[in-house]
Amino acid sequence: MSRFLGKGLIDGLIVTTKNFVGSYFDGGRKDRMFTYQYPEERMKLPENSRSFPFLVYDGAPENMRCTACKICEMECPAQCIYIVMERDANGKPRQRPKVFDIDTSVCMQCGICAEVCPFDSIKMDCDFERSKHGRFEDLLAHLPELLKSNEYYHQIKPAEATRVDATRRPTKKPTDGTATERK
Amino acid sequence: MSATGIIETQTLEVSLGPQHPSTHGVFRMDVVLDGERVVKLKPVMGYLHRNHEQLAEKMAWLGSMPYTDRLDYFCSMTNNWAYALAVEKLAGIKVPERAEYIRVIMAELTRLLNHSCAVGFLFSDCGAWFTPILYALRERERILDFFETVSGARMMCNYMRFGGVRVDLNDESLTMARDLVVRWPAFLDEFEKLLLANEVFLARTQRVGILPRELAINASISGPMARASGVEYDIRKVDKYGVYDRFDFRVPVGEKGDTFDRFMIRILEMRESVKILEQALRNIPAGPFIAPEVKLRNFRVPAGDGYGRIEAPKGELGFYLVSEGGAKPYRYHVRPPSFINLTVLEDMCLGHKVADAVIILGSVDIVLGEVDR
Repeated sequence: MSRFLGKGLIDGLIVTTKNFVGSYFDGGRKDRMFTYQYPEERMKLPENSRSFPFLVYDGAPENMRCTACKICEMECPAQCIYIVMERDANGKPRQRPKVFDIDTSVCMQCGICAEVCPFDSIKMDCDFERSKHGRFEDLLAHLPELLKSNEYYHQIKPAEATRVDATRRPTKKPTDGTATERK
Repeated sequence: MSATGIIETQTLEVSLGPQHPSTHGVFRMDVVLDGERVVKLKPVMGYLHRNHEQLAEKMAWLGSMPYTDRLDYFCSMTNNWAYALAVEKLAGIKVPERAEYIRVIMAELTRLLNHSCAVGFLFSDCGAWFTPILYALRERERILDFFETVSGARMMCNYMRFGGVRVDLNDESLTMARDLVVRWPAFLDEFEKLLLANEVFLARTQRVGILPRELAINASISGPMARASGVEYDIRKVDKYGVYDRFDFRVPVGEKGDTFDRFMIRILEMRESVKILEQALRNIPAGPFIAPEVKLRNFRVPAGDGYGRIEAPKGELGFYLVSEGGAKPYRYHVRPPSFINLTVLEDMCLGHKVADAVIILGSVDIVLGEVDR
């Protein structure tokens, strides 16, 4: 028998030693070490990464793209979206949400809402620091918190936002003077 | 001491789990021990039951796609594929060629990911505490980064759609995948060298937990477990779903069906997966990545029933769907591989020591999200 007992064991130890010593002499190569010194150092997430939905507005928050069509509410598998459409004094729908709530504790970040939205209004954020102090009310994201500018969208997802801007048809909404005219 | 002078012994009933590090989740084994030997073993499942099938019956066809990620949370891509395949069969959707290639790439990467972790955890069970699994997780991280770049999430990918995939692979991500595949054999070599010849590991796994070929067939065991017992059955070869008939690869088959064979089969399968990946990444055609006629919303499936199955890393994963022509499935059933592979646990464990039962369970490679659904 050419192999002596314990050779396999020693071979294994050579591998671990190589890995252990090698981890100190990487020359800054990132292909061995994965550790990011969070929170000093934050990982740049890829453009496709998705954490939580947000609503895009152009220019001012009143000029939101959402028309309260409730398609996302209907298609959401976890049913974590709740929308109430805003109506004017005569009860005529103003095609924008009065209430738009997303329950963080229920949302599973599947991104189906962003996929089905015909107005390119709801998109997936890359923000992963979403912890809150409260267990109930704080986790319910309301409309002001969800609204984010198109510039922010361009910032986190440049390629996708440019594509959306090129193909998107501006939605016609009844204006009542308060909302700024769409460019 | 009895009158005849023989020591009276009692069997001892031990409940391993549901919170036990070696059970890979919330799984309980009720073991009856005679000394240290297992004389009876009863698997107790259901601690992670999440009503998956009923939920899917109350939801639109697309709505259960993200929930299939959560079945076997290591292999969300293959779960997606199995469900999409079943729906496509039922609705008669033709998948574009590029999408089929992307699916193969994703499924084989998932196989690499799953098998490396399964083997790493098996080492952990044997007492090689956390070094091998860390090496496996280190390599898995690259695949997860790739999945995140493409699909947006590391584990809950939600990537496949009926008639294709959600996001196309661009040149950048294809390069990323190629880099991954190129370095994988080196990792496997290192991994094999690390513990394959280790005398302690061999003593712990060889001739432990033998699953005879007949039993494997009779209990409808599938996947690496069946192949380790000498059953040459791989749905990629038998069914040739997708474009698997275009790739040149072999199906490794074990001889003895012991824990070591089940471990070795996974290593060999990873090598074959690398071969498939090389071919798929070389020959991926251009074209659409999703069938244009498939609607995202108001998707309806004609009445009828269909069974779609794929070779998931853990075995045959099948979805049985019954449609009444509406927007929801009438019946939705999952055939989870690890649940059915678990049924022979007692037969494999009987007569072995209680510490071996833990290794044998590790070699079955279960994920409780799939067992309990």
